[in-house]
Amino acid sequence: MTAITKQEIAALPVEFKLNGKTVVGRADETIIETAKHYGIAIPHLCYKEGLRPDGNCRACVVEIKGERALAPSCCRAPRDGMEVSTDSARAVASQKMVLELLLSDMSSESYSPNSELDRWAAKLNMGKPRFASRAQPRADVSHPAIAVNLDACIQCTRCLRACREAQVNDVIGYAFRGEHSKIVFDFDDAMAASTCVACGECVQACPTGALASKTLQQGLPARNAALTVADKTVDSVCPYCGVGCQLTYHVTDNKIVHVEGRDGPANHGRLCVKGRYGFDYAHHRQRLTMPLIRKPGVPKSGDFTVDPDNWRDAFREASWKEALAFAADGLTRIRDAAGKMSGKHALAGFGSAKGSNEEAYLFQKLVRTGFGSNNVDHCTRLCHASSVAALLEGVGSGAVSNQVSDVQYAEVVLVIGSNPTVNHPVAATWIKNAVKNGTKLILADPRATELARHATHVLQFKPDTDVALLNAIMHVIVAEGLVNEDFIRDRTSGYAALAENVKKYSPEMMAPICGIAAQTIRAVARLYATSKGSMILWGMGISQHVHGTDNARCLIALSLMTGQVGRRGTGLHPLRGQNNVQGASDSGLIPMMYPNYQRVDNPEAKARFAKLWGAPDLDPKPGLTVVEIMHAAKKKEIRGMYVMGENPAMSDPDVDHAREALAALDHLVVQDIFLTETAYLADVVLPATAWPEKDGTVTNTDRIVQLGRKAIEPPGEAKEDLWIIQEIAKRMGLRWNYGHVSEVFVEMRAGMDTIAGITWERLERDSAVTYPCEQEGDPGQSVVFTEHFPTATGRARFVPADLISADEQPDADYPMVLITGRQLEHWHTGAMTRRAGVLDAIEPEPMASFHPLDLDGFGVSSGGVVTVASRRGSISLYARADAGTPRGAVFIPFCYYEAAANKLTNPVLDPFGKIPEFKYCAVKVKKGGPKPVHSSFGGGQSLHPAT
Amino acid sequence: MNQVIIPIKPVRKPRGTIKGRTPDPKALAEVRSLLGDAPRRRDLLIEHLHKIQDRYRELSAAHLVALAAEMKMALAEVYEVATFYHHFDVIKEGDAAPAPITVRVCDSLACEMAGAKALLEKLPRILGRDVRVIAAPCVGRCETAPVAVIGQNPLAHATLDGVKKLVEAKAVKHRPGKYIDYRAYRQQGGYAMLQQCLAGKRDYRQLTKVMEDSGLRGLGGAGFPAGRKWKIVRAEPEPRLMAVNIDEGEPGTFKDRYYLERDPHRFLEGMLIAAWTAGIAEVYIYLRDEYAGCRAILEKEIAALQADPPCALPPMHLRRGAGAYICGEESAMIESIEGKRGMPRLRPPYVAQVGLFDRPTLEHNMETLYWVREILEKGAAWFAGHGRHDRKGLRSFSVSGRVKKPGVHLAPAGITVKELIEEYCGGMLDGHAFYAYLPGGASGGILPAAMGDIPLDFDTLQPYGCFIGSAAVMILSDRDRATDAARNLMRFFAEESCGQCTPCRVGTAKALKLLEAPKWNQTLLTELSQVMIDASICGLGQAAPNPVLSVMKYFAHELA
Repeated sequence: MTAITKQEIAALPVEFKLNGKTVVGRADETIIETAKHYGIAIPHLCYKEGLRPDGNCRACVVEIKGERALAPSCCRAPRDGMEVSTDSARAVASQKMVLELLLSDMSSESYSPNSELDRWAAKLNMGKPRFASRAQPRADVSHPAIAVNLDACIQCTRCLRACREAQVNDVIGYAFRGEHSKIVFDFDDAMAASTCVACGECVQACPTGALASKTLQQGLPARNAALTVADKTVDSVCPYCGVGCQLTYHVTDNKIVHVEGRDGPANHGRLCVKGRYGFDYAHHRQRLTMPLIRKPGVPKSGDFTVDPDNWRDAFREASWKEALAFAADGLTRIRDAAGKMSGKHALAGFGSAKGSNEEAYLFQKLVRTGFGSNNVDHCTRLCHASSVAALLEGVGSGAVSNQVSDVQYAEVVLVIGSNPTVNHPVAATWIKNAVKNGTKLILADPRATELARHATHVLQFKPDTDVALLNAIMHVIVAEGLVNEDFIRDRTSGYAALAENVKKYSPEMMAPICGIAAQTIRAVARLYATSKGSMILWGMGISQHVHGTDNARCLIALSLMTGQVGRRGTGLHPLRGQNNVQGASDSGLIPMMYPNYQRVDNPEAKARFAKLWGAPDLDPKPGLTVVEIMHAAKKKEIRGMYVMGENPAMSDPDVDHAREALAALDHLVVQDIFLTETAYLADVVLPATAWPEKDGTVTNTDRIVQLGRKAIEPPGEAKEDLWIIQEIAKRMGLRWNYGHVSEVFVEMRAGMDTIAGITWERLERDSAVTYPCEQEGDPGQSVVFTEHFPTATGRARFVPADLISADEQPDADYPMVLITGRQLEHWHTGAMTRRAGVLDAIEPEPMASFHPLDLDGFGVSSGGVVTVASRRGSISLYARADAGTPRGAVFIPFCYYEAAANKLTNPVLDPFGKIPEFKYCAVKVKKGGPKPVHSSFGGGQSLHPAT
Repeated sequence: MNQVIIPIKPVRKPRGTIKGRTPDPKALAEVRSLLGDAPRRRDLLIEHLHKIQDRYRELSAAHLVALAAEMKMALAEVYEVATFYHHFDVIKEGDAAPAPITVRVCDSLACEMAGAKALLEKLPRILGRDVRVIAAPCVGRCETAPVAVIGQNPLAHATLDGVKKLVEAKAVKHRPGKYIDYRAYRQQGGYAMLQQCLAGKRDYRQLTKVMEDSGLRGLGGAGFPAGRKWKIVRAEPEPRLMAVNIDEGEPGTFKDRYYLERDPHRFLEGMLIAAWTAGIAEVYIYLRDEYAGCRAILEKEIAALQADPPCALPPMHLRRGAGAYICGEESAMIESIEGKRGMPRLRPPYVAQVGLFDRPTLEHNMETLYWVREILEKGAAWFAGHGRHDRKGLRSFSVSGRVKKPGVHLAPAGITVKELIEEYCGGMLDGHAFYAYLPGGASGGILPAAMGDIPLDFDTLQPYGCFIGSAAVMILSDRDRATDAARNLMRFFAEESCGQCTPCRVGTAKALKLLEAPKWNQTLLTELSQVMIDASICGLGQAAPNPVLSVMKYFAHELA
C-alpha cells in the first residue's frame, strides 16, 4: 500500500457514538480531538497539542463499550460503531481519582495561576484530596531563567517530550521508578550545571508551573513570570536570528515580562533561549533616550575604552531638532562641497539587517537619492556575500531554494560550515526531528559541534580545505557515474569544464589535504548523490573565507550535477544570520544592486528606479562595500557616514583599523539603541527604537516575509527608525512623506517583482507570506527552481573552483588557527544580548575554546586566562576546553568588547563577495594575561549587579 | 524605581568547559576498552551498563558520561535507564561506593513467611561493613525459601551461618547443576522436529493447527492461545521478530527456571520451531538478571547449538534484564530489549503488529515454547487429553508456602488447590492448617481455604476476582494473615511500579500507606482499587489491588 492511500484511509470519516450521540471523527484523530470538535471537554494533563500523546496521566480515560479497562482518549482513535462514554460514572470516577491522587501530592504554593490541574479540579468540583502527601523534593533555582519546583510536578513528561521530541536537546530525562520517578536534567544535576540550553520549551509545556520562567523586571529576578498576569499580549516575530520564529509578547506596565512561542511557519511554537529570555535588553537602563552631540574638543581615536555609563565624557544631550539638523547638515556639507575629497562619493551609509525591510529600503533610497552614490552596504557583506555572489552567478537568485522545514522530506541532509544548534537553534530542531525520523545527516565542519551526536557521518575536515573536500566528493560522483545526466542536459550549462576540473581531485589525493579518509569521502559522495532528496544547508564556515565564493560554487555544482535541487526535500539553503539579512539584501542594502538584486549598472534597472523614485540622476557606478568603505575612510576618501544599527567597530575584521577609520571621519551619524563602540566615535547619536517598539516586516532565511508588531513604547525620546531616516532625508532635500510603514511597503512592491503580490492586509491577517509571490493571492512558492532557473537562459551554471589557501597560514611565530563565530546566548557584537539579564548571566565572560589536549600543552587549566595574539592585535580571555575544537585551532566568539576577537582577524577579502576571512588567521597563544575587564554591562551585571 | 533587594550571588568562576558534564579521558578509555568491538547501538545500552557494573561493581558518573559519549547518546538517556533497574548502582560524586559484596535477601511473600525479615535484620551486623545487605523482590526460588543471593550465587534455605560462610568464601558465582546439554539432547532425538520443519517435511499450517488443537495457551500468565498467535504474526509484514520472555518475576513463580536448569534445549527447539512457523527473522531472548545460572547455561548451550547447528538457524540474541519485575510485561520487556526503561506501551497497537523495534513480534513465555516439541511429537490430543474438572491440558504449578513438598508440580489443568496440596505437595507442613491460598502469584488475588475446591485454570477464577496467571500457588496456613500478605504484595507493587501512569505510580504508593494504617479506610481503598483496575496502563497496576480486594471480600474477620 502506498503512503498516500494509507494517509487517505487515515483521514476517512469514522462514525461512532459519543455519550449516546452519533458523531463523525477521523481514523487519524483521537477520541479527545473528536470530542473537542463536538464541544465535549475531557479532563487531560499529559496531553498537549503539538506533542506526541503519551497517555500516562490517565485523566482522560473514557469507557468504551465491550472493553475491559478504560481507554485514554488522547491516544485512542475512534472506530466505526464504537460506543464511547466520557461521562459514565465509571469514567468520571477514574478521571476524578486521577486528579485527586495528583492533587494530594501538590505543593501548597502555587507556581502558576493557570495550573491545568487546578483548572480541571475546579471544573470537576474536586474537594480536598483524601490521601497523605508524598515527601516533597527541594526546589532547584540554580538557573537564571527557569525555576524547577518538582513539588508541583505531576510526572506527565510534557517537559521531557518538549525537550527530547520537539527541541531534541535531550537534557530532560525521567529517572528512577515507581513513586520515586523523577524529572531530571542530565544526571539529576542542578539545571544550571546541566547541558540545558534554556530554550524554555519545557516551561511552555509544563501544565502546573513545576517548570516556570523567572521574570525579569527592572533587570532583577522577581517571582515566577507565569504568576504575572499580563496587561496585553502582542503577536510578533523574534528579533534575533534568520530563522524568524513567531512569538507573543506578554506586556505589563509597558514592560515585556514573558515571551511565548507562536505557531509560525518557521517555528510552530518553538523558541530558543534568545527568543524566549533575551527581550529585556529593550528595558536596559543604558538605552539611549535623548539625541547626543559630541562635545567640542573630545578627540576621536581608534584605541578607546567605551563605558556607556560615562557617556557624558564625550557627549552632551541635544534636542531632536538640533540633532537632526546637525546630522543632516554635516552630511549635506560634505556632499555639496567641491574638491577631490568631497562630493557625493565622500559619503557612505551602513544600514542594518536588524531593522525592518521598510527601514532598509528607505535607508538605501536615502543613500542613492540623497547622498547621490551607491555607497550603501550592511552586514550581509560580513556573512553571506560570497554565497550570494555564487548563487546569483550559478542559479540566478541569492535566496534559498527550499525552506528549512523541507529537511523533513529529505533523505540526506548535508550541513557544512554551520553550527545551527547555536546559531539557528530552532532550525536545528527541524534537522534533528528529521534525523529522528530516519533522515541521514552529514555534518562537515572543522569543529565537531552538537549536531555531531546526531550525524551519520561527521567530517571534521581541516580548516580552509572546503574546496578540496567538495571537489573530491564531486570527483567520486563523476567517476562513479552518479551524476544526473538528464538534469545536467536539460537544466544546466558548463558541466564539461567542471567534470574535467574535478578529475584532478581524487579522494586519495585530497585525503591528506582535508584530513578525511578517502573511503569516507566516497561513502558520503554516494550517499548524497543517490538519495531521493539531499538538502545542503550551510553557514559562515563556507562563506567567510577568501575562497568563500569558491566554496559556495562547489556546493552549487554538487547539487546541480546530481539534480539535487528544484524539488521538495532537496536543494540549497544558506542559513541566513540576522533576523532580516535576507530582507535587507532584498530591499537593496547592497552597493551594486537596487532592491531585488537589480544591478545599478543595468540601464533598465536604473531607469525603473529613476522613475519610481523620481530621481533621474541615479549613480550608475556600483558603490563600495563595508570593508572597502573603511579603507576609504582611513584614506579620507570617505568623510561622512550615516550608520544605522550597525556596529562595525566590533564586527569588522581588524577592528583597531576599522575604529581608526571611523575616528578619521569628519562627520559620523550613528542611529542606535545603545551607545555602541561605533556610536562612541560618532559626532551625533540618534536614539532609535528596539524591535518590539515598532511595526515593520522582516524576511527570514526561508523567504518568508513576516510582520513585527509594536508591543511597547520606546523609552524617553527615542524615535522610530523610519521617522529618523525620513527626517534626515527631508533635511537633505528629499521630499518624502511616508505616513505609515505600510506606505513604504506599497512602494517596495512596485520596485520588487518577487513581493509584488504581498499586500499589507494579508500580512496583518496571516503574519507571514512566502515569496516569490508575484500576484496578489499567490500562495507563495516554498520551493523554487522547479522548472527553470531565474537566469537569462533559464539554465543554471557550473563554475569550477580550484584550491586557494587562506591568506595567512600558521607559521613558527603564529602557529595556531583562529576561527571566530558566535555563541548560543549572544547576538553579533553583544550590544543587545549582553544587556539581556538571562543571556548575560549564562555567558558572562569572554572565552576561547581549545581542544583539551592543546590546553594541556599550554599548561593552561580550563577556565584559566590565556592571551591570544595575531599580527594585528592581542586579547586575553578565559580558556574553555571543548573536545569538538580541532587540535591546533582556537575558537573565539566575537561578541565580547573586553576581548574583541576582531582585533585579531585578517581583513583580506574574497575577490567576488568582498567578504573578509573571519574563519581563518594565524595566532599565537600564551598562558596568562590580564583578566578581561568589564565596563558597565556584561559580566552578569544585569542579574547579579555588583554592590 | 522600586528597589528590590536580592541576595547577590558570588561571582561565578568562569566556566572552563562546555555546558554540562563532559567525558573524562581516563573514564572514556576504560569504557572503550570494556566495550571493545561491541556495536554502540542504543539497544545495547543495558548490556553495556552491565559490563561496567560487572567490572567496577558500580556505575560511576564518570563512566556513564563516557558511555553516553561513546554511544552518541544524551546524558539523560543513559541516566534514566541506569536508574530504572535495581541491579545498577549509579554512584555520583560524593556518593559512597557500594560494598564489595552485595547480599540480596528475598523479601517476597514465601521468603517473608519463611523468615526473611529476621535475616534482613541480623545479617548486616554479622557480615560487617564490607557487605551490603539489601532486600530484593522475588528471586524465583520460593520452593527453597528463605533465599539469600550472595553476589550472583543463590543460597537455598538461607540461614545466618550459611550466608556468612558463602560470604567468607567469596562464593559469589552460581554454578548450575547437571542438565541435559546439547550433545545429550541431540542423542535423545532433539532437534529432529526442527530439522523436519526446515527440510520441508512439515507444513507450517499443519503445525499451527496442532498447536491450536492442543489448546496450549501462553503460560506467562495472559493465556493467549499459542497457535493463534503464530498465525496472527505470520500474517504481518516481514521482517518479523520474536521475543522470548524469561523475565520470570511474578512472586511465587519459578517454573521457567526449573525447566531451564534441566532441559534448556527443549525450550530452544520449541523456540526455533515457533520462529520457523511464524517466519521470524531474528530471535531475542530476555532473561531476568536474577537467573545468573540460567544465563551461564543458555550462553553455553546457544553457542554449542550455533557451533554445530542441526539446520539453518535465525540469529539469536540473549539479552540480560537488570532487576525489574515490570519487564515481565511483554511491552515493557520489548522496551528493555531496546535498551530503554521498562515502561509498558499502550495498546493498541499490539506487539504482534508493532513490537520490538516497531516490527511485528511474536512474544512468548519460555514455558509455552518448552512444550512445543512434545506436543508436536505426541499430538494435540496428548496435551488436551490431560485435565480435570472439565479443564484440558497440563499446568506447571510453582507451589510455595506451608506445604511439605514445595516446588514445580506438573499437574492436570483444573486441579483444585486442595487436590494439589494433597496429591502433589505431600500435604500441609506439620502443625499448619490450610488457611488461604494465592492461585496466581502476587497479582492473582487471595482465596480462603473454604474456597479450595475451585478448579485452577485460565478463566475459572475470574468470577472470584482472582486469576491463575503463571500458576504460582502460594499456600498460607493458620499462622499467616491475609492482611500481612496483602501488605507485602502492595509494597512489592509499589516498589516495582514503573512510574509511568498515575493510577499505578501514585495509586500503589497511596494504597500502601492506607494498608499500613492501623485501621484500613475500606471506602477509599475500594474506590482507589477500582480506578487502578480501570485506568492503569498495564497489568501491574490493574492487578495490584487484587489482594487488597480479596482481603476485604474474603477475610473481613481480619479487619474487624
